[in-house]
Amino acid sequence: MATSSRLDAKIPQGPLETKWSKFRSSVPLVNPANKRNLEIIVIGTGLAGASAAATLAELGYKVKAFCFQDSPRRAHSIAAQGGINAAKNYQNDGDSIHRLFYDTVKGGDYRSREANVHRLAEVSGSIIDQCVAQGVPFAREYGGLLSNRSFGGVQVQRTFYAAGQTGQQLLLGAYSGLQRQVGMGTVQMYNRHEMLDVVVIDGKCRGIIARNLITGELERHAGHAVLLCSGGYGNVFYLSTNALGSNVTAAWKAHKRGAFFGNPCFTQIHPTCIPVSGEHQSKLTLMSESLRNDGRIWVPKAKNDNRPGNEIPEEERDYYLERRYPAFGNLVPRDIASRAAKERCDAGYGVGTSKLAVFLDFAAAVQRYGRAEANKNNIHNASDVDITLWGKAVVKEKYGNLFDMYKQITGEDPYEVPMRIYPAVHYTMGGLWVDYNLMTTVPGLYSLGEANFSDHGANRLGASALMQGLADGYFVIPYTIGAYLASEIRTGKISTDHEAFVRTEKEVKDRIEKLLSIQGKTSPETFHRRLGKIMWDKCGMARNEKGLKEAIAEIRQLREEFWKDVKVMGTAGYFNPELDKANRIADFMELGELMCIDALDRNESCGGHFREEYQTEEGEALRDDENYMYVSAWENLGNNKWELHKEELIYENIKIAQRSYK
Amino acid sequence: MEGNMNLSLKVWRQSNKDTAGGFENYNLDSVSPDMSFLEMFDVLNEKLVVEGKEPIAFDHDCREGICGSCAMYINGRPHGPLKGVTTCQLHMRSFNDGDTIVVEPWRAKAFPVLKDLVVDRDAFDRIMSSGGFISVNTGNAQDANSLPVPKEAADDAFSAAACIACGACVAACKNASAMLFVSAKISQLALLPQGQAERSIRAEKMVAQMDAEGFGACTNTGACSAECPKEISMSNIARMNREYIGAKFSSTAV
Repeated sequence: MATSSRLDAKIPQGPLETKWSKFRSSVPLVNPANKRNLEIIVIGTGLAGASAAATLAELGYKVKAFCFQDSPRRAHSIAAQGGINAAKNYQNDGDSIHRLFYDTVKGGDYRSREANVHRLAEVSGSIIDQCVAQGVPFAREYGGLLSNRSFGGVQVQRTFYAAGQTGQQLLLGAYSGLQRQVGMGTVQMYNRHEMLDVVVIDGKCRGIIARNLITGELERHAGHAVLLCSGGYGNVFYLSTNALGSNVTAAWKAHKRGAFFGNPCFTQIHPTCIPVSGEHQSKLTLMSESLRNDGRIWVPKAKNDNRPGNEIPEEERDYYLERRYPAFGNLVPRDIASRAAKERCDAGYGVGTSKLAVFLDFAAAVQRYGRAEANKNNIHNASDVDITLWGKAVVKEKYGNLFDMYKQITGEDPYEVPMRIYPAVHYTMGGLWVDYNLMTTVPGLYSLGEANFSDHGANRLGASALMQGLADGYFVIPYTIGAYLASEIRTGKISTDHEAFVRTEKEVKDRIEKLLSIQGKTSPETFHRRLGKIMWDKCGMARNEKGLKEAIAEIRQLREEFWKDVKVMGTAGYFNPELDKANRIADFMELGELMCIDALDRNESCGGHFREEYQTEEGEALRDDENYMYVSAWENLGNNKWELHKEELIYENIKIAQRSYK
Repeated sequence: MEGNMNLSLKVWRQSNKDTAGGFENYNLDSVSPDMSFLEMFDVLNEKLVVEGKEPIAFDHDCREGICGSCAMYINGRPHGPLKGVTTCQLHMRSFNDGDTIVVEPWRAKAFPVLKDLVVDRDAFDRIMSSGGFISVNTGNAQDANSLPVPKEAADDAFSAAACIACGACVAACKNASAMLFVSAKISQLALLPQGQAERSIRAEKMVAQMDAEGFGACTNTGACSAECPKEISMSNIARMNREYIGAKFSSTAV
């Protein structure tokens, strides 16, 4: 297989370890006077967007940043819980840049680009330095130094954290940097604005059409470069751990204007979420992977055991992850833990009323911590009651907010009974195809963070999303954007009166009017729920050829129905969240089909993509490196037709093996 | 539908900033006690759409109590009856069959109503822009472990930093004061060694912006902290006052 001539990943020459440093010393620079005349548009203000907007403004560029929320601080990065990886080796446990690089490529089941992942590992340490300097209150040890914990798929402790609110604290750090620039006038912030199209002039991205969500007005904004930092598309499944507003619209519009979409079928199902409780459910809540540091996952050894978890004796429990994967135990990567939970539930060992749940149990951790506390305080004859009390206090300090959240949602107290958990859609490794510079196939249009496909292959390791978002924004784009903008210094100010702006704005307006004019009988929400069900049943944790073909037909049918029967209330002339929602769902319904097409094309199992036809005798994912070691980059041909372009993945520094965590 | 609770809702409806609003009454049957409060609103909105009425606008996003978007004033209390819980994490099991529930937007001069239950909280962003940061450009930082921070200071800074800027403190306060929000950020940065260089000027500038936005003064009633979904402590306000007075004695900046 050879890489399509339409794709140039622009990976620098030379040995892996020096690619990035050589690139940085040779990439063209833009002088400060010229930077002041170059405008950059940033879509989304999560970790990638906020860090990029702040950093580019610090460098002297004129920046406009957009978010659909009422404040940049509410972007969904805020909800990330567990932590952020960095190859600091503060624990002296053998970590290194190479090991973080290796773990990430292996964790991604050998479907990511070596050069990008190595760069990510190289800059990871600087991210922690930057965040601490901003005042991010990471967890610390009594000596005042930073604390670390473990995450799945890894045998060292390299995860930095702030209780179960790491994403919140990192985002508030980036947001404070962004607001500082807003105060200085170097960033113009547009809250409650949604990007509804990109404007392409002579093959280059030159701006966007945005809708002011309060007034309903369409606005034209010109820029020499546009950065899409708009997050992932997990909400195509309707139920996911994403915020309700998270959507694919910005990325999808870019795709329809020429940006190829990479690996759309690579979605991550997170193993530890609170199970679905009923039809009314609007979203699923994650219980951080950090809980797997201390919690043990199990199901009863007998089928249909209806006793409460804490009444089932030790010898009647099956700690199936520890049994199947002794080397990594409860800390296997997410895709493996999710499939193992599904396997047990499908086989009839699930717990709870729906039988679609397994236990996550902290009783052993409480005892272990309680005894350690007693020893620390020189108490050698402590009672069981005291030990349990002290143990619970330690667990509370580590995971208190997660336990509170669990109790609030389920009405059960996880300090007393084991949590019930089940896998749920959490993250999308796929996204806009980008080269080494994070540029899409449209010159001047970039994609950062979860919105691009770049670093996680077919499965993302825990605590790596925060790392990638901030790496892209703080330390990658500020360098790589120079390669393009250095050639833009003579362009001058871009007029929004250009015919392309007028035409694109009209197309956006026409679609909104069409949505409002249908006035059918069915709410947008109902269509979304139906799409989600098709996607979850047929393109979810396990996929097969028959199901995917059915899904494609069903989605086409649903889309047709949508454009005939959707009912959107209100008008376009004012704040209308119902209209915003309908607009996003229309895009999800096109994306859903492409995801199924991509899953159907990939006749192998890898990472989060599990095709039932391709598995080992033990039920593990069976890759086909011979035929599928490529990134699928889909070109939109219009009218829901796509053409596949392949980027061959070449591994020069890593020995490819079957991924084993046993 | 799946539940057995029947509810009467009195919800504030207002078209935009410039028109007067008023309460509308709605009845909702078959509510499940496992629904979240916002899911109950989803069901109500679905019903309104089917009836050809415009759904109720309300801010929400993460629905797990961390983004700070949701903001409903329920039966006279920000985020409803439970302590330490946002509206999105409030569940219908906290109410009884047959209840009448009154839902209003945040009420404060500095938070104008945009539509129905949605208010404009941009004032908080502007306060942050005035000084809620440490001035460190990307790339300038020293190694993270070169500056030890005593665990206690780090933990206290974290507790203050847990603020989600939902604005419940302002809504709860009879003076619509934003002191709890502002003091949480000032405290977080004043407690950490990294925040020392700008400690005085930060307190001065943030307080000046807070006043300019039209928030009221603090009269130590404590409703802010009692209603805060993240249980931010009143001691932050005391610290802010000390920071501010100390800064004013030595500075002529603002």
